[in-house]
Amino acid sequence: MRNHVFALVALIVAALVFITLRLVGNEYYFVAGYTIVQYIILATAWNILGGYTGYVNFGSAAFFAAGAYSSVALITFANNIDDLLPGGIAPFFHSIFPLPIPVLIVVAGLVSGLIGYGMGYLTLRLRGAFFAIATLALAVVLQTLVVNWEFVGGSSGAYVIRPESVPLIGNYVQYLFVLMLVLGVIALTIARMIERSKLGAGFAAIRDDELAAEASGVPTLQLKLIATALSGALMGMAGAPFPYFIGFLQPQSAFGLEYAVNSIAMPMIGGTMNWVGPLIGAVLLGTLQQVANVTISSSVNLLLVGLLLIGFVIVAPNGIVGLVQDRLRARKKPGSKP
Amino acid sequence: MSALLQVKGIGKKFGGFVALGGIDLDVRQGERLGLIGPNGSGKSTLVNCICGALQNETGTVHFDGQQMDGLAAHERTHRGLSRSFQLPRPFHSMTLADNLRVPMYYTVHKRSGTPLHADNIDARCHELLRLVGLEAKARQRPRDLTQVEMRKLELARAMAAEPKLLIADEAMAGLSHSEVEEILALLIRLNESGITIIMIEHIMSAVMKFSQRLVVLVTGKKIADGKPETVVRDPEVVRAYIGE
Repeated sequence: MRNHVFALVALIVAALVFITLRLVGNEYYFVAGYTIVQYIILATAWNILGGYTGYVNFGSAAFFAAGAYSSVALITFANNIDDLLPGGIAPFFHSIFPLPIPVLIVVAGLVSGLIGYGMGYLTLRLRGAFFAIATLALAVVLQTLVVNWEFVGGSSGAYVIRPESVPLIGNYVQYLFVLMLVLGVIALTIARMIERSKLGAGFAAIRDDELAAEASGVPTLQLKLIATALSGALMGMAGAPFPYFIGFLQPQSAFGLEYAVNSIAMPMIGGTMNWVGPLIGAVLLGTLQQVANVTISSSVNLLLVGLLLIGFVIVAPNGIVGLVQDRLRARKKPGSKP
Repeated sequence: MSALLQVKGIGKKFGGFVALGGIDLDVRQGERLGLIGPNGSGKSTLVNCICGALQNETGTVHFDGQQMDGLAAHERTHRGLSRSFQLPRPFHSMTLADNLRVPMYYTVHKRSGTPLHADNIDARCHELLRLVGLEAKARQRPRDLTQVEMRKLELARAMAAEPKLLIADEAMAGLSHSEVEEILALLIRLNESGITIIMIEHIMSAVMKFSQRLVVLVTGKKIADGKPETVVRDPEVVRAYIGE
């Protein structure tokens, strides 16, 4: 299937999901759906670096939070234009701000993409556990910066007042859900495009054997920088609407452990070798967590992730997709039982 | 024949250990050069410095009239310098055909300046796999291969970059006599198609059959360079291999 056809089919599926939820009419499903799609984007973004090139990033929360806080910074700026700018140029900025969420998403993507590029430049000479630790350190550094940045609320957080409704769609949470669905389609299309391209072949070569990749003419450092920037940008884009969704953003929620853990666990459970794995993992784990939220407690979420991860590492180390592929391959082998 | 590869005074240290102590080496266009030496003599370090996997501390490397110093390994591959590894390093998650596609995408693509058509890439993959006798396994993964097939894949992948110079680093290690003959015949066929080859090997019968010229390294220094029959009778070479 060609990429534009895939994107079209994915958009139709997303539209069907939205229409179905509208017909069901329960507002909670949009809240839960938003969170699940947000995890689809995070897991897909993580997989571009972690799954395709084999560089495990423990700092997903940093990129997500960078996106969220870039939105908060722009919203705060819009609310304080008269205090921050001289009277002469303030009217010009009043005509532009507040920026619509799609623009905030693009800005967040640029900010997080740049952070990803910078992180990549500084850390990509490290490998394995050392790289993973460096990404974790990035999250700590960024959280410390945000905690001490009063403009975006510092440690006490910032309120973001969202409009009640938007034209055409109506309810604002439903609007945010639609934005997330569109972003999800974009993320999945990008991941699928990479997988089937020269870039994807280069990423896979790096994951399998970096020295051999370099000897085969693959510009490994350049490709890893592309992967970190792209992965970071998508994570930041997922974080951009978050302040509007949550209403009150504080560092503990933006840099939450669940973002780092889930964005690793979901691709691992679904499978890291292709775009389908993070999608399956995020839908499965995200839905389970939402069910646990309303039936048991939100505090069991990470326990659930931990137990599932242990289970999958033992039963299906290559995730659900890997398990299915292995079974199919075994069936095809001559001499195997039907 | 003009010099395709010129190595002058190349030196490399690991801490206090001198791995290469100022090696000079010229390889002529179309030549079959054997590079031998006891374990730890610096053969693989020399190859790594030539190919850019390691950066030499002293000396220069010129290839096809261009200075290679400071270039990354992939840039040297783009210029026509290709290698196979002592221990095969296939791309495990890919099929055999995809293993060959990687150098084609990143090297041949780059060199020609125009995108290669998918059909041409497929045809070239199958041609190379046929050359090494692995065409029937094109859609299999490296884990399904035997040791000798793995070596052949390694050579085919190095060839997929369409090199001017191929460095085969112990491509026959651990193989049976008949398998050594197979690889040897393959390397000679490649050379006959116009590719200059440096073969690093411990199996002396293969080295003697293959090499038009033989270079011997001992403790990071070149101790002999000449016709194979003359070099193996050189007292210093005999001393290095057999002892006093």
